[in-house]
Amino acid sequence: MASGVKPRVKVPKTASAGDIITIKTLISHKMESGQRKDSDGNKIPQSIINTFTCDFNGQNVINVELHGAISTNPYFQFEATVPESGDFTFTWNDDDGSVYTETKSIAVG
Amino acid sequence: MDFTRRDALILGAGAATVALLPVQAFASASDDAIAAFTGGAATSEGGIELTAPEIAENGNTVPVAVSAPGAVSVILLAAGNPNPDVCTFNFGPLSGSQSASTRIRLAGTQSVVAVAKMADGSFVQTSSVVKVTIGGCGG
Repeated sequence: MASGVKPRVKVPKTASAGDIITIKTLISHKMESGQRKDSDGNKIPQSIINTFTCDFNGQNVINVELHGAISTNPYFQFEATVPESGDFTFTWNDDDGSVYTETKSIAVG
Repeated sequence: MDFTRRDALILGAGAATVALLPVQAFASASDDAIAAFTGGAATSEGGIELTAPEIAENGNTVPVAVSAPGAVSVILLAAGNPNPDVCTFNFGPLSGSQSASTRIRLAGTQSVVAVAKMADGSFVQTSSVVKVTIGGCGG
């Protein structure tokens, strides 16, 4: 399942130095839990995003390990401290080896 | 065969025991997951807040938020799910607050457990019961 995966991230464009900002992320993904069965009664194998990481200028903000009980289109909201201008890097790792990334810049001024 | 009142009572007691067994199995699975996270250390109450709805109409997307000031990582568990693991938040040096929210799947009415590992190595735990109208694990 690597089709139609689209990350969406909401980060404020500007902030003051040392501000705490709220970040919202959502990625469209089926998150097949491994519990469902197809019409023949066979279990559909698990296919989920297993890790999500947010870094700012190389420093870690949050790292989340996901399991089958996270809903379709995993959504996360969290807070980050912004010491300076720079880039937020968001990384999602799929069970099938795919890596989805998204970058957002923020200006401190 | 004659069914005496005594036979019926014994049968009933046996059936009740069997019916209770899966519940205990689920509870111990989440206890195991907590033990794996804490390394067997005891957990205390307080210092962690879990926000979850009292009633969730759709078990496929239940919004939950967890906040634990001073925590390094927080694990979320759903005791009544086939697999109790939900997710683990690890807060890095630039996290603005030790809080996060997400949406989870719940198989049925159950308690959601959050355990936080504090910076000093202690563990705190809280839980919240969510009533689920339609389960979210497929059939």
